[in-house]
Amino acid sequence: MDALVYLIPTSLALGGIGLAAFVWSLRHRQYEDPKGDAERILNPEWDDHPKP
Amino acid sequence: MSATFEPDEMRMQVSACPACVAAPSAERLAAAAAPRDARLMLSLPTAHCAVCITDVERELARHPQVRSARVNLTLKRVSVDAEPGVEAADLVARLARIGYEAHELDPDVLSATEADKRGRDILMRIGVSGFAMMNIMLLSVAVWSGAEAATRDLFHWISAAIALPTVVFAGQPFFASAWASLKGRRLGMDVPISLAIILASSISVYETAHSGRHAYFDAAVMLTFFLLIGRYLDYRTRAVARSAAEELAALEVPRAQLLRDGAEVPVPVGELVPGDLIRIRPGARVPADGEVVEGTSEMDRALLTGESLPVWAGPGSALSTGEVNLTGPLTLRVTAAGRASSLHRMADLVAAAECAKNRYTSLAERMAAFYSPFVHLTAFASFLGWLQVSGGDVRLAVNIAAAVLIITCPCALGLAVPAVVTSASGKLFRKGMLIKDGTALERLAEVDTVLFDKTGTLTMGAPEPQNLADLAPADLAIAAALAEASAHPLALALAGATRGMGVHPAALSDLREVPGYGIEGRWQGEKVRLGRADWVGASPGETTATHLQIGARAPLSIAFADRLRPGAEAAVAGFLAAGKAVHLVSGDTSGAVSALALRLGITHWHAGCLPAEKSALVAALSANGARVLMVGDGLNDTAALAGAHVSISPASALDAARTASDIVLLGADLAPVADAVRVAVLARRRIKQNFAISLIYNVVAVPIAILGFATPLAAALAMSLSSVTVSLNSLRLK
Repeated sequence: MDALVYLIPTSLALGGIGLAAFVWSLRHRQYEDPKGDAERILNPEWDDHPKP
Repeated sequence: MSATFEPDEMRMQVSACPACVAAPSAERLAAAAAPRDARLMLSLPTAHCAVCITDVERELARHPQVRSARVNLTLKRVSVDAEPGVEAADLVARLARIGYEAHELDPDVLSATEADKRGRDILMRIGVSGFAMMNIMLLSVAVWSGAEAATRDLFHWISAAIALPTVVFAGQPFFASAWASLKGRRLGMDVPISLAIILASSISVYETAHSGRHAYFDAAVMLTFFLLIGRYLDYRTRAVARSAAEELAALEVPRAQLLRDGAEVPVPVGELVPGDLIRIRPGARVPADGEVVEGTSEMDRALLTGESLPVWAGPGSALSTGEVNLTGPLTLRVTAAGRASSLHRMADLVAAAECAKNRYTSLAERMAAFYSPFVHLTAFASFLGWLQVSGGDVRLAVNIAAAVLIITCPCALGLAVPAVVTSASGKLFRKGMLIKDGTALERLAEVDTVLFDKTGTLTMGAPEPQNLADLAPADLAIAAALAEASAHPLALALAGATRGMGVHPAALSDLREVPGYGIEGRWQGEKVRLGRADWVGASPGETTATHLQIGARAPLSIAFADRLRPGAEAAVAGFLAAGKAVHLVSGDTSGAVSALALRLGITHWHAGCLPAEKSALVAALSANGARVLMVGDGLNDTAALAGAHVSISPASALDAARTASDIVLLGADLAPVADAVRVAVLARRRIKQNFAISLIYNVVAVPIAILGFATPLAAALAMSLSSVTVSLNSLRLK
């Protein structure tokens, strides 16, 4: 049962990373335009060099 | 609605008109202050793909004064950040050149950020409770599969450490709402929910401290998670409807042409004050109440009174906000603007009617009224029962009472209504109908009487000439020539019809338009006129008509009838086939109303109705037990729309009418209205099925809980199974 000492904190930390990522995406308005973002990735305009 | 006329909301546009900076009035000078950057919002109804995004953004970026432009494809809007002085009209014209339809939106009417914040808030709580639920569930699986003694206690303590902060944070919407309903001395659905969450958490802490076998941390968190999803769906339905309704309101950016030292200056309507002189061009809507000082014209009052005949206006005539100027330019002295205008007074009437309208108790509320006392009584009875049976073992009795509360907790009930409403309103949105109110669907399902307004609702408000075949070809050629010279709606309709018949217009000389009366010209030396009856010497009739006079001959009259709105016949036929009583009410003359009623097969019709008479009719029908659906678009319909059991208005309706109605028809077609009732009946059936499903789960689970056999595993299973079944059943809506 010693493994629990590492496993429980590890699983909590992994879940916490997921939660933090979700909170970050909410805070940075990543869900404002889901349809537009899905289409923008098909846009070839900045394929060769990044947008200045 | 009121936001459209609010002076504060208008300030943004000030920077769009450089002339305002030179305004002499101190008040306006203060309002104009420093030139601000233009932040413009355009609606892009036709944008749909990656190419559209690139095209629009690139085209706007080419404008030298535009700093940045970003398309939001989900909302079909583009927001533009530009230097001061950039006019939306320029950008709209630019986009039109590359083939995109665009409309200016009033950014102040779109309060997207505030609504957005509430949605993000619920999402955040869902995220946190989802994270907590998954972790506690992992720990609980270990307990369910037989963790013993110290290990079980450790797992329970860790669960508690995760669950307690989560419940405190994520459960807030329920606690707040339960507290509010307790203060109002009601037992809403949120009271048993909050009680179950709090009791489950505290009994689990107590059990954990005493090394008990059962802890309900997973149940408490899972309950919060599922119910929050229901809340979010509910919120989304309303937010989508509100943002679309706001967009409709924002499409009308009201400006007036103010006459200052002889020059025309465009100003926001909110800045007009009584005494200002404003210019109203032909085709424009009157922005404020006032008296005509100069010019003659004809006014279209269809939206305000339902009259289809244009009314003459000249110096001294009083005009009301919302009328449309048809032929000649007018100068108006403002007598009342903004809040004091007749349009606003009407809106206040509607607000009063809405308050007076007795509150509808929704299916969910009726369910809660029956269910909440039942839950509390059952839990309390099992507490007392076990106290008796076990001979005073309080810990056991409280444990069982908590299990009963958790099992009966209306988890699926919280999803039952929002899931169906989300699915049904999505379906109706694709058909072009926007549900503005959550209970509108339920009320629509109960409708047995339908009232239609005539002008603008069943008809397009666009006239069609009726008796052209009776005219001699030579006369027709003259009429066509005269009609082509005018922009009056009747003349436009006549010119269109004669062009369609292949009539070659006769050669006329000295053509001139006499605003407010008609058009005059010379044909082979004779004077010819097309216009109002009294001007050409004809007697005015009951129906809409224009009159043709050739030389000294007796005037000929050309009658017009309103064109039917597409789908009007299908909608009326659909309601009649479904066995509903259909009425036609209009402010128009009885001749025009009876003709339309006959054409559509409507037997009950009421002509010449004043706004108050329309709402009185609705009230009388309701008093006789009828559930009235009112379909109307005009300002004269608003009181009736607000008073009816449920109401629908087309998107072309005035702002006030749209605000008063529960459902807005987005397209021009009226046919979906009859279908909406079918969808609503189906949606109500699904809601009732959902209630039945969650009740069946309770009927099975409650006896087990009361007998004391319920374990945290059973509670978790019952809860998730019923929630998933209810959601799947809602998706079956066709």
